[in-house]
Amino acid sequence: MRQLKKDVRFADRFFLACVRFLALAVIVLLLGMGFFLWDASGTALKSISFFTFLTTSAWDPVRDVYGALPVVYGTLISSFLSLFIAFPLSVGVALFLNELAPPFLAKVLGFLVEMLAAIPSVVYGLWGVFVLVPWLRTEVQPLLIQKLGFLPMFQGPAYGVGMMAAGCVLSLMVLPTISSVSREVFRAIPENQREAALALGATRWEMMKLALLRSSRSGLFAAFMLGLGRALGETMAVTMVIGNRAQIVSSLLAPAQTMASVIANEYAEATSDVHLSALALVGLLLFGITFVTNAVARLFIWRLK
Amino acid sequence: MTETLLSVQNLNAWFGMHQALKNIQIEFSPQTVTALIGPSGCGKSTFVRCLNRLHEEVPGAYATGKVILQGKNIYESSVDPVLIRRKVGMVFQKPNPFPSLSVFDNVVAGLKLAGIRRKSILMEVAERSLKQAALWEEVKNKLQQPGTSLSGGQQQRLCIARALAVEPPILLMDEPTSALDPISTAKIEELLAELKKTMTVIMVTHNMQQAARISDKTAFFLLGELVEFGQTSTLFTVPKEKKTEQYITGKFG
Amino acid sequence: MTSLRRQIGDFTRLRYRRRKALSGWMTFCLTVSACAAAGGLLGVFGYVVWKAVPHFSVSFFTGLPQPVGEPGGGMLNALLGSLFMVALGTGIGVPWGMAAGVYLSEYGRGRLAVWVRFAADMLSSVPSIVTGLFIYVLIVRPMHRFSGFAGALALSVILIPIVARNTEELLKLVPQHIREAGLALGIPRWRVILSIVLRGSRGGLTTGIILGVARISGETAPLLFTALNNRLLSLKWDQPMASLPVQIYTYAISPFEDWNVQAWVGAFVLVLFVFLLNTVTRWVMK
Repeated sequence: MRQLKKDVRFADRFFLACVRFLALAVIVLLLGMGFFLWDASGTALKSISFFTFLTTSAWDPVRDVYGALPVVYGTLISSFLSLFIAFPLSVGVALFLNELAPPFLAKVLGFLVEMLAAIPSVVYGLWGVFVLVPWLRTEVQPLLIQKLGFLPMFQGPAYGVGMMAAGCVLSLMVLPTISSVSREVFRAIPENQREAALALGATRWEMMKLALLRSSRSGLFAAFMLGLGRALGETMAVTMVIGNRAQIVSSLLAPAQTMASVIANEYAEATSDVHLSALALVGLLLFGITFVTNAVARLFIWRLK
Repeated sequence: MTETLLSVQNLNAWFGMHQALKNIQIEFSPQTVTALIGPSGCGKSTFVRCLNRLHEEVPGAYATGKVILQGKNIYESSVDPVLIRRKVGMVFQKPNPFPSLSVFDNVVAGLKLAGIRRKSILMEVAERSLKQAALWEEVKNKLQQPGTSLSGGQQQRLCIARALAVEPPILLMDEPTSALDPISTAKIEELLAELKKTMTVIMVTHNMQQAARISDKTAFFLLGELVEFGQTSTLFTVPKEKKTEQYITGKFG
Repeated sequence: MTSLRRQIGDFTRLRYRRRKALSGWMTFCLTVSACAAAGGLLGVFGYVVWKAVPHFSVSFFTGLPQPVGEPGGGMLNALLGSLFMVALGTGIGVPWGMAAGVYLSEYGRGRLAVWVRFAADMLSSVPSIVTGLFIYVLIVRPMHRFSGFAGALALSVILIPIVARNTEELLKLVPQHIREAGLALGIPRWRVILSIVLRGSRGGLTTGIILGVARISGETAPLLFTALNNRLLSLKWDQPMASLPVQIYTYAISPFEDWNVQAWVGAFVLVLFVFLLNTVTRWVMK
């Protein structure tokens, strides 16, 4: 009997040790990711300071000169452009599905929107290259140049590929993320808030504004940040439509480059150690930026719960 | 007592397939307090929610029949419920001030919806409503704090002030004191006597003593039907219906 | 007092029409946005189907990539490569993720659990290209070659946090008294967890795993410089390996029309596979 008890306790302890080890390994994985990227970027950091790397704008593998400013710029602008389009749209989708649509329609449309998240990035890229980019080049961008060409962001020739194409594809990709988080946020608001607004004589839209939008600002902010995190790190679709030119141009019609796309484009073909290392440093930077973005979002989500 | 402010004719209400109210006929006179009593699930809450057309906001719920307010049937298809709800205020079981708004903004929320932005008007109405709701003294120095920072009883009076701010001729109250402590309950009951000087109050309560204390008339609901409606003093002392007698003497419920 | 009331009354009547119009307009806008989002999906999916179906044939599943200029051929190498790497990635990622999830739900009350949870959340939002970079530095560089194994490992790193958080959420739904009933019978804790708690929620666990598999099946970025690509049929674990997403990418950005066509067919197969996994699991698990 005593022997048995001892065995049981050993087995329990062994089991706990195993799962705890593997759980710890998840933390190690995350830390290891940061460490190895940092380690790999050592060569680059020997020849150039991090500050210079971040603030110079020449990215030229041929001369072994690496300044990350254009790719950071490209990442931020394309991401914010996509959120500029996708955020209002996603919140609108969430409001429609939760508050307006009859249950059956909400189910069908909700499913379709969720499926947007299931389409692989490379398929969005393919669609972007052959459908979106030609359309932008021949229809949308000429019109923008003609009507709004006085604005710096709509100047220059219509390439099709570029910041605008990347922003459009990205907006489609982050939409399901933002709308599903927004739906959760709205669902968490008690029914009596909606009734309070309606009983005061609010119209449907005023009810949404008063009872839902006003009191879910931090939740919607979290949704925004999660969408941003996804847009910042999105690789394939962006690589395929952004035109891959590391430059800082005010025009949204011009080709650009993001942190993720420069790695995807150049890493497998990079030959010099400094080039590889500079790309790893870009990777580390991207890791850091998305980490902070997502950490902020999680923090807000945890606080809500 | 002969004048009719609100008259309900053949009102039926459903939740999907389930009929919650059956053929309700009742009339309310101005400047009275009417208590609606009955066991839980008898339809009394559904009934008040039909009077400002809030019932239909529940998915799958609908109502038929006539509710005539100031000579107009509010269930006519041309009537916008938004306008009805400005004339028929409502206070809910659980206090539900808007958490993102301050005490002041909560009170004037209805006016702001109507587009009234003039600070002087808002201030005047806020003070008047809060005084009517017997809350002014307690909150006059914290008008800018969030509405949810008040105590439960204060929150409920804030919700009453919010409903009063648009000066509705009718105020519906759906068990407004059931979530409150006895002191807060007493304050709200005191308030009702004041309120009925200017408006008609229809109040759902599960508490028969409360109904007897505060109301002029009482309606007894059972299983979706209006069993008896009459002067409170009569209904509680010499009820006409057997079921009413059983209920008020505690035989069931 | 009454004059104030009348003023307000006049004013509100004026405002009412505008408010009603605004509400109607916003309702319209919200409807349009929902339709646009759903239309976006149908647009992308429909276009893939439209482009791919005329060129869809059995040889896509049986043939190997053809050189430029020769139409036809298929992606057998890429399909098998994807199968290999997704299977291996799942084999590594699922047990690891489930163990972490079990720890979080069954033992996770301390400070360590908070960090594990946080790490899993952060890991699941690491851009997949960064995951690829990490595996490159960790595996490819020391081995001095691209390999299917490295690709599988990169996929498993993506899968682990997904499975871990899904397992945790599901096991937390299992009522405490079920565990207590098992323990009261004298069953050791680890057996209770494995054969009562885990088995009881195997439906949800399977759904989560399948959705995770669907997710990694479509990943391209982490394979770009771990598994690289291979024009030949190779299933050697330590050699570069083709995969469906990478092959689609290569063909999509190539200037040759035959290859572009193959990219559409590949995309069609990939999307169909992912959608099937998504819809069937949802449908079955209801």
